[in-house]
Amino acid sequence: MTPISRRSAVLGVAALSVSLALTGCTKAATGATPSGSGSGGAAAKLSVVFIPKNLGNPYFDTSDAGGKKAVESLGGTYSEVGPQQASPDGQVQYINTAAQQHVSALVVSANDPKAIGDALNQARKGGTKVVTFDSDTDPQYRDLFINQASPEGLAKVEVDGITKQIGDSGEIAILSASANATNQNAWIDLMKKDLAANHPNVKLVDVVYGNDDDQTSFDKTAALLQTHPNLKGIISPTTVGIAAAGRYLSTSDKKGKVALTGLGTPNQMREYVKNGTVKEFYLWNPADLGALAAYAADALVKGTITGKEGDTFTAGSLGSFKVGANQTVLLGDPFAFNAGNIDQFKF
Amino acid sequence: MTRTYAAYAHPLWRRLLLTREAAVVALVIAVSLWAYSNVPYFGDQLTLTYLLLDVTPILLIALPMTLVIITGEIDLSVASVVGLSSVLLGVLHERGFSIPVAALIALVVGALCGALNGYLVARVGLPSLAVTIGTLALYRGLAIGILGTKAVTDFPSDWTQRASETIGGTGIPAFMWVFLLLAVVFTLALHFSPFGRGVYDIGLGSEAAHFSGVKVERTKFVLFVLSGAVSALAGVFYTLRFGSARGDNAAGLELQVIAAVLLGGVSIFGGRGKLAGVVAGVLLIGIISSALRLQGITVNVINIIIGLLLVLSVISTTVLAWVSDVAARRNRGARPTKTPAGVGTL
Repeated sequence: MTPISRRSAVLGVAALSVSLALTGCTKAATGATPSGSGSGGAAAKLSVVFIPKNLGNPYFDTSDAGGKKAVESLGGTYSEVGPQQASPDGQVQYINTAAQQHVSALVVSANDPKAIGDALNQARKGGTKVVTFDSDTDPQYRDLFINQASPEGLAKVEVDGITKQIGDSGEIAILSASANATNQNAWIDLMKKDLAANHPNVKLVDVVYGNDDDQTSFDKTAALLQTHPNLKGIISPTTVGIAAAGRYLSTSDKKGKVALTGLGTPNQMREYVKNGTVKEFYLWNPADLGALAAYAADALVKGTITGKEGDTFTAGSLGSFKVGANQTVLLGDPFAFNAGNIDQFKF
Repeated sequence: MTRTYAAYAHPLWRRLLLTREAAVVALVIAVSLWAYSNVPYFGDQLTLTYLLLDVTPILLIALPMTLVIITGEIDLSVASVVGLSSVLLGVLHERGFSIPVAALIALVVGALCGALNGYLVARVGLPSLAVTIGTLALYRGLAIGILGTKAVTDFPSDWTQRASETIGGTGIPAFMWVFLLLAVVFTLALHFSPFGRGVYDIGLGSEAAHFSGVKVERTKFVLFVLSGAVSALAGVFYTLRFGSARGDNAAGLELQVIAAVLLGGVSIFGGRGKLAGVVAGVLLIGIISSALRLQGITVNVINIIIGLLLVLSVISTTVLAWVSDVAARRNRGARPTKTPAGVGTL
């Protein structure tokens, strides 16, 4: 066999790898130019990165859209990045990236109160302000927490709602997000206390976890109804959970017999409110929450506030807010959505 | 047979430079240079630190995975072993075990997980694809079963900081020493020992290897045990780096490892590949993800780009083999050849 064949094959490899390298190079470079030149000025002006628990979650789509509007009204640059699945390790990568970019502020909904702490502190060391919203970290890892509603207020409104609907007696269950979601667990604890103290005839028979995944939540609802045939009500303090449970109930023979309430968004729940599966559910306005987080981030970056208790700042049309204990800002009271008012809300 | 030896007719520099491995290394350098000059903050030391920390579990597992794939087998259960060892570390720590003891137990369990794979593949003779799909579900199920959906996060901070500590002012994570040590051991075993020659022989033909004196069963068994143990080590690192032991830690990591190994020039059919190429493959994926993330590109697009790169790299091997086959046929008149062209040296 002649050496020529081998040589041509080898040259082929070389040519292909060089061309691969070159195309990879040039293609990416053209894409890079605008952002490359833009970033020089970005360091000076407000740049806010929103990191939701996971991407594609309608709740965060709404809250982050509110944040985007606020950031842009302040003349800053907004971006939203995050993991596909709601896991702390996925968030760490994006927190790290933001730290590398020295963005002026990070707005994070934490998947774990401790696991993302080191990454957040690393970012803060580089001058980035950290605001948590929706789900907090331990206080030493952030500058401010924007609380959507007081846990007491939320737990109470949901318990009051379900007990009123089932006539204050019978079995109920809770369909939550993931078992280590900070906010959900705090609410569930308060609900348990409220039930024990004020509703002796209502029995909480089960707490199940749908992991904020539509299909899992749907399946868990089906399983709940099968395991507990006498179930009279379900509380789902998560928007993904209540929508999946609503979808299951509205096509099952338990529709109207098993009450469902919890925290949901009007767009996802409209159908189930209108067809009678759900009487009433609760929430704050996530868009306001995102906006408040953005205004708080801006106030921290500008140095108007440092995040200590008693600091006050103005959040555009939302009004004036005061920093409370544990460097926390409270958005306000929960809101009840029902057939009478749901069409006024488009998120 | 002259085809295989023809490569040695070329000078050494040529045999080293014009290979698949060299192409991947060249790509790593090209992409790094592009990112260095075009992506803001890519040149920062912090980027190097985070990049290496991100790829460390993949680098570690890719070492035994390379050997496993060269024998023509595959181990899909690695990420589940990562999850299981992560959970074990968390649960044992909660029960009051010190981190080194808990880590050691996790490593032993990892090795046992590998031993089960190895037993079923090497002794019983079941296909590794089926076996490790089964144990992928089994080990992940155990991990989630032990800890449920909760997480252990109260690891002592001196240990979590140790996991992301850097060497002096270099920005290189200190844990890279562990990888380096393992890389040297695996390189010696694969490229400079009779054991390694056996690994290639098995990949080229299990029966032939057996008749030429290679202990096929034992070799495969050892490789699966190593794969389990190293995956458990990656799990310990992963847990301490993120300070979070969860049953679903590192889900899907097996695909990133296998992608990097194939990108690095290892043949999925076995018998061909080098560790240097694999390390370059892992780094290539790490650098691309890091640079794109810094550009603000979302994870979906990053996955599309890496997926395309992988498909291209696999296609390029086949296309080049075909090109060289056609060239060979033309050179020798229309003499048909059944030798898989280019197997020896690409």
